[in-house]
Amino acid sequence: MAEQMSDDDERQQSPPSDLDFTSNKARTCIVTGSVSGHTEFQSLYPDQVLENVLENVLHFLTSRRDRNSASLVCKSWYRVEALTRSELFIGNCYAVSPARATARFTRVRALHLKGRPRFADFNLMPPDWGAHFNPWVLAFAKACPWLEKVYLKRMSVTDDDLATLAESFLGFKELVLVCCDGFGTSGLAIFVSKCRQLKVLDLIESEVSDDETDWISCFPEGESHLESLIFDCVECPINFEALERLVARSPSLKKLRLNRYVSIGQLYRLMVQAPQLTHLGTGSFSPSEVAGQGDQEPDYVTAFAACKSLVCLSGFREIIPDYLPAIYPICANLTSLNFSYANITAEQLKPIISNCHKLQVFWVLDSICDEGLQAVAATCKELRELRVFPVDAREDSDGPVSEVGFQAISEGCRKLQSILYFCQRMTNAAVIAMSRNCPDLVVFRLCIMGRHRPDHVTGEPMDDGFGAIVMNCKKLTRLAVSGLLTDKAFDYIGRYGKLVRTLSVAFAGDSDMALKYVLEGCPQLQKLEIRDSPFGDAALCSGLHHYYNMRFLWMSSCRLTHQGCQQIARAMPRLVVEVIRSADEEEVYDRVQTLYMYRSLEGPRNDAPKFVTIL
Amino acid sequence: MESGCSKKLLDLIPQEKKWGFIENQNGISHGSSEEKKLELKLGPPGEEDEPLVSFGYFSSMKSNAKQAHNKFPPAQEDHRGGAVLTASWAKNHHHQPKPPNCSQKRTAPGPVVGWPPIRSFRKNLATTSKLASESPTSLPHKVAIERKPAAPETRGKGLFVKINMDGVPIGRKVDLKSYDSYEKLSTAVDELFRGLLAAQRDPSADGPKQEEEKVITGVLDGNGEYTLVYEDNEGDRMLVGDVPWHMFVSTVKRLRVLKSSELSVINLGSSKKGKMVQN
Repeated sequence: MAEQMSDDDERQQSPPSDLDFTSNKARTCIVTGSVSGHTEFQSLYPDQVLENVLENVLHFLTSRRDRNSASLVCKSWYRVEALTRSELFIGNCYAVSPARATARFTRVRALHLKGRPRFADFNLMPPDWGAHFNPWVLAFAKACPWLEKVYLKRMSVTDDDLATLAESFLGFKELVLVCCDGFGTSGLAIFVSKCRQLKVLDLIESEVSDDETDWISCFPEGESHLESLIFDCVECPINFEALERLVARSPSLKKLRLNRYVSIGQLYRLMVQAPQLTHLGTGSFSPSEVAGQGDQEPDYVTAFAACKSLVCLSGFREIIPDYLPAIYPICANLTSLNFSYANITAEQLKPIISNCHKLQVFWVLDSICDEGLQAVAATCKELRELRVFPVDAREDSDGPVSEVGFQAISEGCRKLQSILYFCQRMTNAAVIAMSRNCPDLVVFRLCIMGRHRPDHVTGEPMDDGFGAIVMNCKKLTRLAVSGLLTDKAFDYIGRYGKLVRTLSVAFAGDSDMALKYVLEGCPQLQKLEIRDSPFGDAALCSGLHHYYNMRFLWMSSCRLTHQGCQQIARAMPRLVVEVIRSADEEEVYDRVQTLYMYRSLEGPRNDAPKFVTIL
Repeated sequence: MESGCSKKLLDLIPQEKKWGFIENQNGISHGSSEEKKLELKLGPPGEEDEPLVSFGYFSSMKSNAKQAHNKFPPAQEDHRGGAVLTASWAKNHHHQPKPPNCSQKRTAPGPVVGWPPIRSFRKNLATTSKLASESPTSLPHKVAIERKPAAPETRGKGLFVKINMDGVPIGRKVDLKSYDSYEKLSTAVDELFRGLLAAQRDPSADGPKQEEEKVITGVLDGNGEYTLVYEDNEGDRMLVGDVPWHMFVSTVKRLRVLKSSELSVINLGSSKKGKMVQN
């Protein structure tokens, strides 16, 4: 049976070389002719030595790209690489089956799985589409009992899955769930009670249902190994006394992110127990009840000052800005600050940010206005990543930030690598300026919230701005476009975006040419997500040469027909072509509402819900 | 035909009106140089660098994609040459400010699903955090903080609600559409939890059940060790069994199986006192 390749994105598909295998076989054949097994052993020995050496060497290889290349050298290398791979990354859980993965990689310690496509986060797909963790946990429970770490993104995990995880892997250490759903506090309770070696439990932007179970109390008694506990997305009250006791008996705890049900007074008590924290999510950052006049407020400033290792601060879920000065002592050490839930003004921000000289990552709400961004630009010379979220995420709201703040950032923060910027108005000039001032940009995501909105000064499409970005930012790998865009913008992307791997398009382009430019021009393209753009079957066909190199293509509310998609499905047998209807829509309109297609070694999946048709 | 059309247009359109951007009413400011760029020309569009901007737009309000599209491609072809790619960016380089309608959907007045692309948990900041920052004295009490309501899911044609039982950490889900009476629901509760409850009582029994499982009965009439309650769409806790079945199904949000001895402690729906039959 031909060996199948693991389906990581950077790989070209090509058969392994069989040469070495044949020569080994020949050698063995010659030897078995002789009488003594001793001779046979001798002739196998050099190969064995080689494999041992290889195994030792390959242990050091960590990059999965390098590993994928190494596994292609010959069967021997393929085998040894598979034995030495300890971290398995699968970018699309449907690209390869659990059985195949566990058959090839038997000694995996860490599993990293991604499920749903990103647009599912914005309600563009009915729930229960798939990406179930269940078959994976069952397969790995049987085949890889040494699994210690699971990282899941956009997968559905049930309470039973969490129970299986805790029960099947004795030394289980780390669970990270990002944008996951399907489980609740009762599943967490079972999980933490049975995972005695647990070091990391990180729940990030996940939906956790409130089963009214006190999961914090379920951590086993005695000293805990916990290094990281992140539960800021859990939207239910927790047993604070139990949490306090847990923190007190977790001497290795470095990362703690509280949810909004923890008041600032409670935060104080925790900080006093854990001054060794490096990452802190502050919870609500407001008192739990109206403080009486005579009550002594705890000395928050001293508590923060005691946390000398604190470098990453977040939370502030229901912030009372009066308490902000408490964080002054640590500003100078901060490398990461997340104010994206804090509705604060520029005036409230300035005293903080003016001390944050080392800041590299900053997430914030647009309530700080252009003025706040100017303050950031003035101080944060080391800034690498900026995300500006809207307080009011509607298309026609007033926009407190604009090209003014944007340009200020580009001028002040020259080392910028990643930006996500929501705004109501923008100009080409500002985007062009950023392309020149920040040549290190790797991620550029600009969301002009009004659809089809042009440059608000010149009235022109935003083509030139985005064109400048792909032209001048030579390291760019991720791009999200918005505003009024013609096919020209895509021509630029195809011409200059040679390293672009992820592209997000919404309400843009005029014709099929736009998509053609991209599919023909961007050889590194892995993930393409498009919505509400006028691209049809002809454009889809222009990518046939490239689809096997991509992780997925998403197109919703475009101009695709069933026939067009059917054509693709016929032409490319290793592609799974899913046509997704909205849940209540009955069958067969000719126009396809959503196309989601991805390469896979497994063919059509057997867990597709009714609203999905696989062509 | 075309020139005839444009004469009519000239008559209709006042000079100072910014007619090229009627559909974008959102605070776009234009200088007067803007208007110069938008001057009407009498030639057919598509053959110059600056064709009539709104020609496609006005020639038929229901301008379908094909028609508008045919007018503009020649301009695109010109742009494919090398000229565009020199460094003279915004100033010299006049695009036709195409009516965005060209081959795209009109900017609809109503909100669009999933746009702007913000995840739902980031969306309610305008209200909740504003309250916090504006009024330091009237603080949101933790007790009153709205929890995400446990809404029933409809998978296909089922109606799944969560059900938890006292003493059992793992919750389950039941599909209410597959029952048509309280009796059937009660049986289902027994089936779902009997094994789990036994396992809780004797955690070492993970093989064949050593201790016989106790059947869970009497959840509806108050006679059993456990009682079935539910949370309705107003957030009130109610005893199960008092309203007609179909009414129950339409208002239930989640279920709980509570120890009957705990019932008096629990604050059942206060507006429906008549239904609080304590045992």
